[in-house]
Amino acid sequence: MTAIDPTAHLTAEQIEELGRELDAIRDEVIAGRGEKDAAYIRKVISAQRRLELVSRGVLLFSIFPPAWLLGTAGLSVAKIMDNMEIGHNVLHGQWDWMRDPKIHSTTWEWDHVSPSEQWKHSHNELHHTYTNVIGKDNDLGYGIMRVDEDQRWHPFHLGQPLWNFINACFFEYGIAAYDLELGKNLHKRRRKSPEFRARAKAVGRKIRKQVLKDYVIHPLLSGPSFLPTLAATFTANLVRNIWTHSVIMCGHFPEGVQVFERRSIRGETRGRWYLRQMMGSANISGSRAMHFMTGNLSHQIEHHLFPDLPSNRYAEVAVKVRALFEKYELEYVTGPLPKQVFSAWHKVFRLSLPNKKPKVKTPDREQELVAA
Amino acid sequence: MTSAALRSRAWKVLEMVTTPLLPSDYLDLVSPLRAGADLRGRIEAVHPETGDAATVVIRPGRGWRGHTAGQYVRIGVDVEGVRLWRAYSITSPTDRQDGRVTITVKAIPDGKVSNHLVRRAKPGTLIQLDQPTGDFVLPQAKPAKVLYLTAGSGITPVMGMLRDIEFDDVVMVHCAPQPQDVIFRDELHGLVADKKLRLTEVHTDTDGMLDIARLGELVPDWAERETWACGPAGLLDAAEEHWSEHGVQERLHTERFRPGIVVAGDGGEVTFSATGRTVDADGATPLLDIGEEAGVLMPSGCRMGICFGCVTPLKAGAVRDLRTGEITEAEPGVLIQTCVSAAAGPCDIER
Repeated sequence: MTAIDPTAHLTAEQIEELGRELDAIRDEVIAGRGEKDAAYIRKVISAQRRLELVSRGVLLFSIFPPAWLLGTAGLSVAKIMDNMEIGHNVLHGQWDWMRDPKIHSTTWEWDHVSPSEQWKHSHNELHHTYTNVIGKDNDLGYGIMRVDEDQRWHPFHLGQPLWNFINACFFEYGIAAYDLELGKNLHKRRRKSPEFRARAKAVGRKIRKQVLKDYVIHPLLSGPSFLPTLAATFTANLVRNIWTHSVIMCGHFPEGVQVFERRSIRGETRGRWYLRQMMGSANISGSRAMHFMTGNLSHQIEHHLFPDLPSNRYAEVAVKVRALFEKYELEYVTGPLPKQVFSAWHKVFRLSLPNKKPKVKTPDREQELVAA
Repeated sequence: MTSAALRSRAWKVLEMVTTPLLPSDYLDLVSPLRAGADLRGRIEAVHPETGDAATVVIRPGRGWRGHTAGQYVRIGVDVEGVRLWRAYSITSPTDRQDGRVTITVKAIPDGKVSNHLVRRAKPGTLIQLDQPTGDFVLPQAKPAKVLYLTAGSGITPVMGMLRDIEFDDVVMVHCAPQPQDVIFRDELHGLVADKKLRLTEVHTDTDGMLDIARLGELVPDWAERETWACGPAGLLDAAEEHWSEHGVQERLHTERFRPGIVVAGDGGEVTFSATGRTVDADGATPLLDIGEEAGVLMPSGCRMGICFGCVTPLKAGAVRDLRTGEITEAEPGVLIQTCVSAAAGPCDIER
């Protein structure tokens, strides 16, 4: 909804052609999926489990500072792997084609307080279908922030750098609340709906299990290392939360990323849907290790175009996708992590203050902004 | 507290330690064949039998309950990363001392699993196993005279029987295109030399197909023999008819491989088996829409194939992916995205 539409130079035919070219990229990867890809995800899962086992083992002796450091670092990495390269991607159905019931979107559960089932609905269905559509995609600001000039400013937004920081530290809880649509559902009547109560109960159960594991059972098993282990798990969760929050902010918040009006997606064609994903996402550039630790969400643009392709293929897909951006004269928003994180935070700060009112306003539009 | 109750409590504590995973997820890393694990097996060797058949030696997990001669086992093998399940007769005797079992596989044209097992399977590979099953077995009481009537890979369950139990009077009629196509030929001839078996090989490339009406020329007393027959459907149909005509059908035991063959077409009758509804579907409408129109409660999500919120088991038949045209056939454990799949022939959706 920036003043100048960066896709205005494209004709309807060009946009549909772009859609066909992207479909061809997708088909090619699907036809080539095979043994190597399956071996990759199995290797990652097995490495994650081994790392977690070893780290938890080391933390049994975390009363010794070197053991604390080593165990905490290992557990942080293991938790990031579980959430990013494994959990997020398995829950997208990226590995369902293997027909392995143990590595399948319908059976996977992750080290996170939001149950898989609820996260799949809010993330896969709502966020990925309605990417960056104000009022439809709640990932835009998570309902607590203003992330576009056109959203109406409210004094509440003055505090948004702080809200965002707190959200980063306790990100998994933020996500759980978000998946529950807590803001909306805490209203008197909705709170009592059996559907909401069942979902809230499921989250409560998951939180109980996670907290019991991280802050009771493992510290108890450590005996004299009770407190250091408790601190270590807390730190690992904090590191994981801040890391995933940063990566996810880089996906849709940096400057240059477009947001869309609800009206604009009425009767949206496949080509236009693809175009919205291209303009609504941003990448992070970096090394292979960097891509791995972000769960390949550093290839956010490619992930949004093809959310169900195996993550290990995004790097090769990115080359072709970028060529299409050039061909159609579109901006491929990317940059190294510090730059992108800074850009996203900069926007959070900037929009915490009111700005000049947007020029164009229609009644329909007004309504959306209120809803957003 | 009983030891079982203690064990289950200890397990609960372990589950708290490993949540949200299960203790078995970690144990599988080090000991996938242990007792209590999902039943798996490890391929320990693959021995070629003929140009297109091989015997696969499998060490089954501790949960393996053992088989009866003539039974088959379903195995799940990862071919090009995709887990596919097939059934194969067990060819090893039941008293094999080293705890291993064998299946003997003939590569069929375009057979994904059979070609993989015969030509590419590597020792050390883990496969999934079911417990052995099947009624094509020998009776408790030894019959005086036995006839084994087999063709092609139909010899495999019978080989399991031959290796397992000796009878006083056994005749075998086996059909194969040429002598070199006869699986286990050396071993069969060894049994003949030891006078443990009378064998007639029918080489169909030169002798023509076996005419069951003339079986009497090869085995004059066939009607007095307890018979086990395994081979292509044509042979078994003819045998069943022949035995019935002579009023001795109770002496014939048959085993059929590969029952239903899925024919992928365009549209078809869709059954929603959990709801008990059947409707006609064309080849272009998503099964999600078909189900909803028929009043079946279908899980749904993005309706464009990206969120995997609509995946549902395909119990029978075939569906076509509306985006890629790819055909998916029903197999145990196959789930489809109903929002981007259309009927490619009659199918059964578990809703």
